[in-house]
Amino acid sequence: MTIRRRDFLKLAGAATLSGSLPRLARGADNAGVYDLERFGNARILHITDTHAQLRPVFFREPSVNLGVGPMQGNPPHLVGRAFLDRFGIRPDSADAYAFTCIEFEKAAGRFGKLGGFAHLKTLIDRMRSEVASGRSLLLDGGDLWQGTGLSNTLQGADMVEAANLLGIEAMTGHWEFTYGEKALRANLERFKGEFLAQNVYLTEEAAFNDAKAFDPASGRVFKPSIIKEIGGHRVAVIGQAFPYVPIAHPKRFTPDWKFGIRDEELQKLVDTHRNADKVDAVILLSHNGMDVDLKLASRVTGIDVILGGHTHDAVPQPIAVTNAGGTTLVTNAGSNGKFLAVLDLDIGKGKVSNVRYRLLPIFSELLKPDPTMQALIDKIREPHAAALNEKIASADRLLYRRGNFSGTMDQLICDALLGELNAEIALSPGFRWGTTALAGQPLTMEDVLAQTAVTYPETYVQTMTGGQIKDVLEDICDNLFNTDPYYQQGGDMVRVGGLAYACMPTEAMGKRISELKLDNGRALGARKSYRVAGWASVNEQTGAPIWDVVARHLRSGKPPNRAPPGVTLKGVEGNPGIAGQG
Amino acid sequence: MSTMANDFSATRRLILKGAGVLTLIGLGIVPLDVTKVLAAANDKYPEEAFKAKSEADAIKALYGKTPEPSDKVKMDAPEIAENGAVVPISVTTTLADVTSISFLVSENPVALVASYKIPAGTLPNVANRIKMARTSNVVVVVEAGGKLYGVSKEVKVTVGGCGG
Repeated sequence: MTIRRRDFLKLAGAATLSGSLPRLARGADNAGVYDLERFGNARILHITDTHAQLRPVFFREPSVNLGVGPMQGNPPHLVGRAFLDRFGIRPDSADAYAFTCIEFEKAAGRFGKLGGFAHLKTLIDRMRSEVASGRSLLLDGGDLWQGTGLSNTLQGADMVEAANLLGIEAMTGHWEFTYGEKALRANLERFKGEFLAQNVYLTEEAAFNDAKAFDPASGRVFKPSIIKEIGGHRVAVIGQAFPYVPIAHPKRFTPDWKFGIRDEELQKLVDTHRNADKVDAVILLSHNGMDVDLKLASRVTGIDVILGGHTHDAVPQPIAVTNAGGTTLVTNAGSNGKFLAVLDLDIGKGKVSNVRYRLLPIFSELLKPDPTMQALIDKIREPHAAALNEKIASADRLLYRRGNFSGTMDQLICDALLGELNAEIALSPGFRWGTTALAGQPLTMEDVLAQTAVTYPETYVQTMTGGQIKDVLEDICDNLFNTDPYYQQGGDMVRVGGLAYACMPTEAMGKRISELKLDNGRALGARKSYRVAGWASVNEQTGAPIWDVVARHLRSGKPPNRAPPGVTLKGVEGNPGIAGQG
Repeated sequence: MSTMANDFSATRRLILKGAGVLTLIGLGIVPLDVTKVLAAANDKYPEEAFKAKSEADAIKALYGKTPEPSDKVKMDAPEIAENGAVVPISVTTTLADVTSISFLVSENPVALVASYKIPAGTLPNVANRIKMARTSNVVVVVEAGGKLYGVSKEVKVTVGGCGG
């Protein structure tokens, strides 16, 4: 702790000495990192994809985040050194640690954990107190209620309390929907802010049966937008929920609702706010994912800023997109509570004149935890603490998930599936949430649940032919690398165990996956059948929940499988979205 | 993620949605003798077109000509289908003198899904739900003023799962 603090202080001293020199774009590794120059007349604060991480976490950003087609080489598809260069971040700095995977373990030791709602609250309160009363707004982009054992047990109710104390005024959703309509509505009853979604509609059947809707005439299930008065100016905030909820998750959670991007309906809504409501600014609070938002910004006119999430891209600067009506700025604010986005707007009559945007890392060692939030977290956690704190094993190496194809944490999960369920091949979903554990640190049940806490955790074992396995890999790979972002779903590639394959992301669907081999080196037979284990299926399954399977595997003390992941990438030479295998 | 196999059978089942039927029957009432129109529309079932495997063959069998692209035909279809068995596709057009609107799925075992005769005076607005075997282009062909116009959009049918 003291050593780490000294790292920050040393750099703080250096910054003071060079105070008269122009500061690097993002180089201030000291507590002064949170001193923002005053700008504009409205401050919008944005958090997204916190995945219910109430306490500070380690989270390694990806070393593989490939863009293909027009997305290649453009944000957010930059990693490592290419990322630092693009955004002018000094190597070896606290920001380099927060935004990239470079020398993660070493930097984690120096700069400590990020995020935590008590720390987040301290910074949010400070950012709000810096501007006049009524001049700020706090928005959450969704994936607030899911990602921990605690939130899964409480169906997100813990996060509603935390959101209320934090002061979130509006949010949209994604994993929130996986608790089902009843739990979702119960949570929203207690939520003091607004839940916004312009792109969720009743199915025809549900509308026919008079299912509950915010606007029965249009079939919109939720309020699509709100207009907030900020310092005498009117700001419209429109919610855009994750467009592919019933495809990416079991349809049984949302049987009455249909989703989609729906940019035509969005355009109508923006036009209404502009022309009829005479708003001065339009913000889209989006859970589309960054590539989808960038395309949407080129098609829909009249939006000033898209505050984005879903793809967990921590992008320090907004990307300007020109469209027929002008320019729209697109942001993405990272994940797991690591960042607070601060958008300062200079709003005039009917338009935004200028903006300043900062994506501030929540260095838990630089921020004093807010005592009221800390007390709330402790109170919510207390009845479950003993079960969550149970130590199961120790991390034998750095365990992380994020990355397009594989991560050591998912290798561990695949090993557990293979070993415990006696399968030849394991498949594990490419979720982008899931925290990082440092080598040697104790692994508790809470750590296992931080990788696995979903409402459909049941494992399965089934027989599949080699052809079917290839089809599944091709299908999921296309969700990731379709050159048209509207056909992407924003997750990473399914993780495999017991299986090796080659992948050429730049190819077309059906041609990306080749050289499928079992661990024993034998080629996978297209018509041959294999015993495949997995979890988080969109079909109803009945096996033991994945967290029990992983815990059982860890307790068994079997020697860890440290074989490198069996994915060979082709045709990505020179792509700045890859820094080594991972 | 899911490992659900695509278990669509080769038989194509057409699911008509209320709106489509309404267009054909309900709005045709005003200027026309409905029974006569329906009889005319039904008296020649385009059997050859509904047997053709490919989209080009089906269009040829149905109209005897090839469509040209048009920005006056607007198709509303999802990018990714929520359920491949019932994909909502609708079409409206500002073209005048529309006489027929047809829906085709290039990758289905039999490409032609539905063909609607549009009686004079009817709003050219058809919505139906179609079954798709796999990811495919969906093609809508509009016959208007004796000419043929077409639009197409890729609709992805995915096994689902693994979304972030």
